[in-house]
Order: sequence, then structure tokens, then C-alpha cells
Amino acid sequence: MKTADQLAVDGPIRRVLVANRGEIAVRVIRTLRRLGIESVLAVSAADRNSMGARLADRAVCIGPARATDSYLSIGTLIEAARGVGAQAVHPGYGFLSERAEFAAACTEHGLIFIGPTAEQIERVGNKLEARRCAGEADVPVAPGGPVEDLPAALALAEEIGYPVLIKAVGGGGGRGLKRANTPAELTALFDLASSEALAAFGDGRVYVECFVTQGRHVEVQILGDGESVIHLGDRDCSVQRRYQKLIEEAPAPSLTDTMRYELHAAAVRFSEHIGYRSLGTVEFLVDVARQRFYFLEMNARIQVEHPVTEQITGLDLVAEQIVVAQGHKLRLTQADVRLSGHAIECRINAEDPTHDFRPAPGKVSVVHFPVWPDLRVDTHIEAGAMIPPYYDSMIAKVIATGGTREQARKLLESSLSEIRVDGVLTNIALHRAVLATPEFSEGGFDTGFLGRFLAGSGAAAFGTPTAQTSSIGKR
Amino acid sequence: MSFSHEDVQRLIKLLDSSHFDELHLEAEGIKLSLRRNGATSTVPAPVGSIPVATASPAAPPARAAAPAPAPAAAAAAAAASAGDASLLEIRAPMLGTFYGAPKPGAEPFVAIGGRVSVDSAVGIIEVMKLMNSISAGTEGVLVEVLVRDGDLVEFDQVLMRVRPA
Repeated sequence: MKTADQLAVDGPIRRVLVANRGEIAVRVIRTLRRLGIESVLAVSAADRNSMGARLADRAVCIGPARATDSYLSIGTLIEAARGVGAQAVHPGYGFLSERAEFAAACTEHGLIFIGPTAEQIERVGNKLEARRCAGEADVPVAPGGPVEDLPAALALAEEIGYPVLIKAVGGGGGRGLKRANTPAELTALFDLASSEALAAFGDGRVYVECFVTQGRHVEVQILGDGESVIHLGDRDCSVQRRYQKLIEEAPAPSLTDTMRYELHAAAVRFSEHIGYRSLGTVEFLVDVARQRFYFLEMNARIQVEHPVTEQITGLDLVAEQIVVAQGHKLRLTQADVRLSGHAIECRINAEDPTHDFRPAPGKVSVVHFPVWPDLRVDTHIEAGAMIPPYYDSMIAKVIATGGTREQARKLLESSLSEIRVDGVLTNIALHRAVLATPEFSEGGFDTGFLGRFLAGSGAAAFGTPTAQTSSIGKR
Repeated sequence: MSFSHEDVQRLIKLLDSSHFDELHLEAEGIKLSLRRNGATSTVPAPVGSIPVATASPAAPPARAAAPAPAPAAAAAAAAASAGDASLLEIRAPMLGTFYGAPKPGAEPFVAIGGRVSVDSAVGIIEVMKLMNSISAGTEGVLVEVLVRDGDLVEFDQVLMRVRPA
């Protein structure tokens, strides 16, 4: 069997335009460098001196700091890719990675988009269409459906039972997502959710879904070549704050073997049904009380949390993505994928934990990450680096691996205390506190865990003035 | 053979203290050209960017060839421009393909020695088949054009230099 490194350089791709920034740009460039494929990083004026710009063979400035005029400007990126003589474009995550028109524009201009087809992005990006595909592939979806207006929403909510979630058809990432516990709340939130969805995704349509009170976010990493699909195990991303993931791990703890097997099979069924090509993630909500799971959505790109999967599979997912983009069939069968050990990742953000985790951009004066055999740090931060206020606030991902979950957890906990990032505020202390809780240690947490922690035992250290007031008020 | 930034800096100093105007050096994997004042040359690479080796898109890995000469071009460009701080710069308002004339074969919008005013068109930047007219944004006499027709220019890249009127 040929290795990923051999196949990744066997094909038309010799030079890749990386259309992203931050740690994922560095991550992609590292694999390209290792493979001997030339990398050109498209940077905004704010990122000219970033680590990615330095590591790439070339950096081209595509526009001013504002993302709409740089990282989100499809025409400029296509022009840049063609101008520098790239054969392929890697979109990373976020920005244009899941915009079907970007993938289509690449193809139209003879560039290989390192990701799924435009049609696949379109299909899974439309949440209703994705739900329909899940149904066709015999993958369970949460009770609910599309609603035209408020009376329809109220009727549907009555049928499936409160609490319910209002979700944007064109959405994702928690935006346009509202929880309603009563008909009165649904009435109050319906228009708000719809206009938020319109503003964020250009599509005001919403649907109503049953809210799982005690749910865990479990996702399955898949890799397809357009015909065959394999899975690369599962991840748990239940430690979330306002639907933003904070800690992820692989494999998901405390799942029965049957449940795990069914989740993997469902993810592969869904992806095969749409003939998925490239890396993707199928997200599920696991209803702990009822021991059932529901399809949430598919992310048609590399995920932020992909390193935990790399740590337990020994695979370079970016290289595997390039193998498929070079036009090869899957080089691995399901039996070739071996999962071993446990990996946990903390997302380190430049934010102020004592002020509702508001972003805290600035200049990093001193930075130190510990070096240890089972510790991995994916970052674009070095001493003197500016964390610009224009983009997201993640500055590093710290990933610990161990033979057991407890080994990984302990290594991560001790490593976090060694990290030094001077000049900006970070959420490192919150990560340490969460890793030390008995609930996290036992691995039985659900998506409400972090919220309860922040309102309860973590309130003194991390609670915002308003959160503390409301928790006192409840008593 | 590999070149460090320091090596290039030393070569620049060497050229500076000599009576030669140009220095060309070719060795395994690298090609370096330095010109005093940059008067007769164009330096397409803006400061801070690293030109990808143009010779070998079909022959990876070109790593050894690509990054080494880059600081030289950048340093040489910086050295050339630092010579005359009184010049004004015309910068690219967007990334795209530069053209100095309204159509192929036509006279350039403005020639070296020609006068420009704030609204003078000095070039075109093509982005996805859309032609964007570039105006001087300043007043004076054009003394230097740093880009060639068909070059990919980056956002904020210096295209031309003008001596204030």
C-alpha cells in the first residue's frame, strides 16, 4: 500500500494557494512543506507578518484587514491563485470553506478545490436538505421540521413538546439558534431568530426541532473519494459555551459499543448517500436519557478539532485530503484504520474570562508552550505576534495524548499550567478548572455542563457580574 | 549551497562599497541579481513577500531554490527606494493583474517623465475580468514604474514613484 505522502505528491497539484489565516493556515502549510508541495498564503494587510506568511513559500496580500475585502473576497482569491500559478486552493475552515460558490468558482477557473464538490457543500449547507438526505439514508433526525410562520411554529412545537430549538435553514455555528421553553418564549423569539438568520446567512427561513435536555455532541470524522467512504472514529465536543466548542476529545467517552458502532455506520451511510468527496464531519446529538442519537449537520471541511483524530489514528488528515484532491481513490479500507489511545484538545482563546469571555486582542510579548512527547500545540502565535481584532480569537490548540483518557487529561492539565502567553488575556485558567472537575474526569458530561459550571462552582472565578446576580436571584 | 539573510546583507554592503552598478551571482539552487539604485530594472516582488521560483512549477520540490534569493530582492528593493525618501508612491488599491496601457499595444497611460495629477489614470488592475482604473492619487512627475504589464500585483504594493511637483 502506498503512503499518503507518496500519493499526495502524485498528481497535478504542485503549488497550493492557502485561502485562510491563523493556526489552520500554519497547519496546512506544514503538511505542504513536509510533502514538498509549494505553498502560497493569501494574507490580509493585518496578517502580512504572521507566522503563516513566514512559513509559506510566498505570501500575497489580497486586501485590507476587513475579512469581506480579503479572506471572503472570492474574486480576489481566484485571481491570486491564478496569478501565482497555483493548481489548487485549500480553504481551511471558516471563511469561504463552506461556500459553494467559492468551490464552483475554483472549478470554473481550472483550480482544484481541496474539499468536496460545490453541489455537496450546497446540499449539506442547507439544513433542511441535509435533514432530508439523512432521512433517505435511514439516519435518525430529531423530531421537527420547517415552519413558514409563527402559528405553524407554535403548532409544531405543541406536537413535539417543549423545550424546542429554532434553527436557521441556512445556518450553523450556533448563529440564529434559539431555545424556547414555552409558547410565550417561542412567540417572542421567532421573529428574532428569523431576522438573525437573514442577517447572518441571507436566508430567513427557520425550522423547529425538539430540544434534547441532556444531550451530548458526538461527531464522526469521515473521508470519502466520491464513491467510497470510511470513518476515522468519533469525537466528543460537548464542552461548549453558547454553542461554541471549547474542549474536544477522541474517542468520545462513555458510549456503549453498540451506540458507537451505530454512530459510525450512520455517518458513513449519510456520506455515501451523497457520494461525498474529501474530509467531512457528521455531527450527532446523543440523547443520554433515551440512549438515542439524532443527525445534527454535516461539516464539509476540515474541522478545528481534527488533531485529536490525527493523534489516535496516526494519520495526517491534510495529507489524506490532498491525496483525494490529486484524484486518487481512497488508499485505506476501514480495516486499515486503527484507533489507539485517547486525545483531548483545549482551544486557547485570547479573551477575558472575567468579562463574559469578550475577545481580548493585542500584542503577545512572551509566549511559551511546553514540549513533551505526547503534547501537541497547533498555533500561529510567536513572541511579538499581533492578535488582530478583526478575526476570531483562537490563538492555539493544545492537544494531549495518552494510552488512557485519564493519562491524556492529566498531561493536559499539567501542561496548561506551564503555558505562558504574556500581553493578552486568555481562557487557560478556565480550561484548567474544567479539566479538574469530577464531572469532566468521569467523562459523563453533556452540552449543558460548562454553562452549569460557570453558573455554579466556577461562578466565583469566571462568572460575569450579571451571571452571578442571576444565580443569586434564583435562590 | 545555501544563503542566509546575513550573506545577502553582506553582498549588498560589498556592492555598495564597490564602483560596480550590478552584481550577478549564480550558484547551485540560487540566482541573485543586485542593482545599484534600481534605475534600469523593475523589482516585482514587494517588500515582505517571497517570490516562488518561477522556473519550476512542474518540478517539486523546488524548496531549495525558492526562498533563498527572496530576501535579496526585497533588500535590494528596500535599498533602492530608501535612496530617495522625497518620492511619493502610487500603491495598488487591490490585488489583481496590472496593465500600464488601456489595451495591448497602446501607449501607456503615463510614461516616465510624464506629469500626473490626483485624478490621472496610471494603470488598470484586472480582477476576475473586471478592469479597475487606477488613479495616481498624487501630483508630480513619474520617475519610476516598478511593475510590468501582466504582473500579479498585491494589495498595497508600490506600483510607481512620483517626484512631487
